[in-house]
Amino acid sequence: MTLEVMLKTMGIGMLRTGGIFCLTLLGSLPLGMIVALLRKSRIKPVQWVIKIYISIMRGTPLMLQLLVWYFGPYYLFDLPIKGWRYPAIILGFVLNYAAYFAEIYRGGIESMSVGQYEAAQVLGYTKTQTFMKIILPQVIKTILPSVTNEVITLVKDTSLAFTLAYQEVFSLAKQISASQTSFIPFVVAGIFYYVANYAVAFVMERIEKALDYYQ
Amino acid sequence: MHILDIQNIRKSFGDNEVLKDISLTVDRGEVVSIIGPSGSGKSTLLRCATLLETMDSGTLRYMDEDVAFMDENDKLVYTKDLKKVRGYFGLVFQNFNLFPHYSVLKNVMDAPVHVQKRKPREVKEEALALLETMGLADRADAYPCQLSGGQKQRVSIVRALTMNPEILFFDEPTSALDPELTGEVLKVIKQLAEQSMTMVIVTHEMAFAHSISDRVIFMDGGVIVEQGTPQELFEGTKKDRTRQFLQNYKR
Ligand SMILES: Nc1ncnc2c1ncn2[C@@H]1O[C@H](COP(=O)(O)OP(=O)(O)OP(=O)(O)O)[C@@H](O)[C@H]1O
Ligand SMILES: [Mg+2]
Repeated sequence: MTLEVMLKTMGIGMLRTGGIFCLTLLGSLPLGMIVALLRKSRIKPVQWVIKIYISIMRGTPLMLQLLVWYFGPYYLFDLPIKGWRYPAIILGFVLNYAAYFAEIYRGGIESMSVGQYEAAQVLGYTKTQTFMKIILPQVIKTILPSVTNEVITLVKDTSLAFTLAYQEVFSLAKQISASQTSFIPFVVAGIFYYVANYAVAFVMERIEKALDYYQ
Repeated sequence: MHILDIQNIRKSFGDNEVLKDISLTVDRGEVVSIIGPSGSGKSTLLRCATLLETMDSGTLRYMDEDVAFMDENDKLVYTKDLKKVRGYFGLVFQNFNLFPHYSVLKNVMDAPVHVQKRKPREVKEEALALLETMGLADRADAYPCQLSGGQKQRVSIVRALTMNPEILFFDEPTSALDPELTGEVLKVIKQLAEQSMTMVIVTHEMAFAHSISDRVIFMDGGVIVEQGTPQELFEGTKKDRTRQFLQNYKR
């Protein structure tokens, strides 16, 4: 295998890794907010369910969760496993990260002073307006550093998709390295993750800077 | 017609009865100060009047409209149209509670535009004029974190005023300020009094209360102990409790 072919193959793996990354964020960032709001629901059973969900997501390895999502429907309900690999991966990642993001959002929301809510209420803002216009923008600013950490972790966590034999960068690096008895694929993969995280940090810093106009 | 009409309101937090049968009316153009020791229920009274706290019993009316009243079964009910009621009053907080992510002008304009649905251009004109009279003309584009405490409080007064309330409540508007900054805020409130703004002011500034008020209310232990003109209360009080409080204050 020439270096060119190797890089090309791994390039495809990189795109797949990018796909997991993007879909996970796309799903878990908003879902996390819904989870965070449900966590504060006035209906007790909803609160309990959410609490249990979050604690399971955080208390068990993501690798195990992926295996459960993939094999669970097959073993438990006899559902066909064919074509289920990719949905299972995305489902596993989204649900796991939504739980982490929900906790970050919750911390951010709870850090807002009651004075902000009271000022908005006296001025006649509706609950929705208060949340969207007054609370959420401030929450986003305060949680941004924690979100950055989580996103960087996600870049690295995407490699867990290899558990389900999905051919993203990490799986391919392992395979190619074994078949070609070469160390280079690991170096390539390492550089890829590093650069990706560098880009994430860069973008997040930009966003943080853009929100720096107030305290 | 009374702007504000409170009758027999009671409020407890658990076993702690904080307001014990308080009645109070405020008429147009009146400036009423509320004084009293810490924990006497002054803030709670304002918070009940501004719907931040729900009272246990009693009636609350603005502009002769029922806001909270007792039904046939002697149960307290609040009117459904709270939005309209909130348009009648403004509240200035001790610690301002400006929105930090909004500029001064946006802090002042946002609610009139998005709550009252007034025309932005018209609101802006009014807001800028008000900022001007409060000596804040050059701070319209600043963010709250760039302002001094006194400026913050003046902005929050403008924010309340731009809603065109019938009555303005103040809960210790200068207590969070450095002593050298209280003057500028008190001056602004005095200006409003001269323009016949109806106001209820909880304050620990006795000289200020004396000079600005049409009526002073002394509260203690959840009841109104005494009320009257500043002269009646500060100089000729008939109650020992009031005298004691005022004397402690002088020292
Ligand atoms: N949300 C609350 N929960 C429980 N107790 C409360 C609450 N708010 C006020 N209280 C109690 O009610 C009593 C009156 O409080 P309030 O804040 O009305 O007094 P105040 O006259 O404004 O005092 P200060 O001059 O210190 O501001 C106090 O004993 C206080 O502890
Ligand atoms: Mg108080």
